Amino acid sequence: MKIGESETPSLARTFSIIFDRTRWEEKALIKAAKRKRIKINLIDAKNTSFDITSEDLTEHYGEIVLQRCISYFRGLHVTAILEKKGMKVVNSFDTTSICGNKMLTSLALSKAKVPTPKTFVAFTPETALEILDEIGYPAVIKPVIGSWGRLVSPIRDRATAEAILEHRELMGNSLLQIHYIQEMVKRPPRDIRTIVVGDEITAAIYRSSPSGSWRTNVALGATTTVCPITSELEDAALKAAKAVGGGILAVDLMESPKGNVVHEINSTIEFRGAESGTGVDIASKILEYLTKISKK
Amino acid sequence: MTCKCSECDGEIKIPKDSVNGEIVTCPDCGLEFELSIESDGKCNLKVAEVVGEDWGE
Repeated sequence: MKIGESETPSLARTFSIIFDRTRWEEKALIKAAKRKRIKINLIDAKNTSFDITSEDLTEHYGEIVLQRCISYFRGLHVTAILEKKGMKVVNSFDTTSICGNKMLTSLALSKAKVPTPKTFVAFTPETALEILDEIGYPAVIKPVIGSWGRLVSPIRDRATAEAILEHRELMGNSLLQIHYIQEMVKRPPRDIRTIVVGDEITAAIYRSSPSGSWRTNVALGATTTVCPITSELEDAALKAAKAVGGGILAVDLMESPKGNVVHEINSTIEFRGAESGTGVDIASKILEYLTKISKK
Repeated sequence: MTCKCSECDGEIKIPKDSVNGEIVTCPDCGLEFELSIESDGKCNLKVAEVVGEDWGE
């Protein structure tokens, strides 16, 4: 099949999926679309360019576009173009923008009064150290942009803080000069991933750290088991999703002594772990959601 | 179907259910390629992008 061609011919509903790497999830969506007899256009963002001042894109992209770029900035810019050209994109630019930036996510969660870890931001190593000395060790430092647990670091003492801040300064990346610092939540060696599609939690899993590791990202080897969807979990996840504008989201929570806290929301979700752990056909749920909102 | 690795000339097997954009790996040298399937069914391999600092979900 050629890029841009549909997977199944002559069917009523048309969606586009714009992507830049065919992951397990893209293949699951393609298979689910075949089963549901939904026509999808597959568009590789790497092979696409836009005349952003004059081009009418509606004809090429159908009723709705599912944006699934693995590169955050590529996806964000594609979404901006398509939305400004009048297309309906899932997730929206605002949601993608907020979820792709941990500081914007924390601000949105805090504003909506969703329980979230205590978070601080500083713009120099000196002020970052002041914060760390004040909140105490251990603490956590994260890049504001990034995923899969990359460069997320526990800071167990002042010497480690100084070393990490020095490394960040010398890395020459402007985004790493924004120091996003969080309290270290006392949690079991796992977190909870919920998959929110529209106004429903479709699946929830525990992600347990691999032996000897601290982080709970499946990309880093975490194992998954089914997590029961309690009303408390549902309330927190749906409220968090709403706080960032809603759509198709992965809301991650930690079990703190004071209850669940939301620490991250992902907008280009990877759901292989959740689907294999729960048996829920998440790809079909996503297509059903797109069908539902495209009728509005 | 098989393709040749541009790096080491190894033989890369392309599964029948492969789709455009899928990543295939050379079993000999480990280099990753992105698959492109033409309308006539022919396959082209392009060296895949390496992980960027903004990659993720």
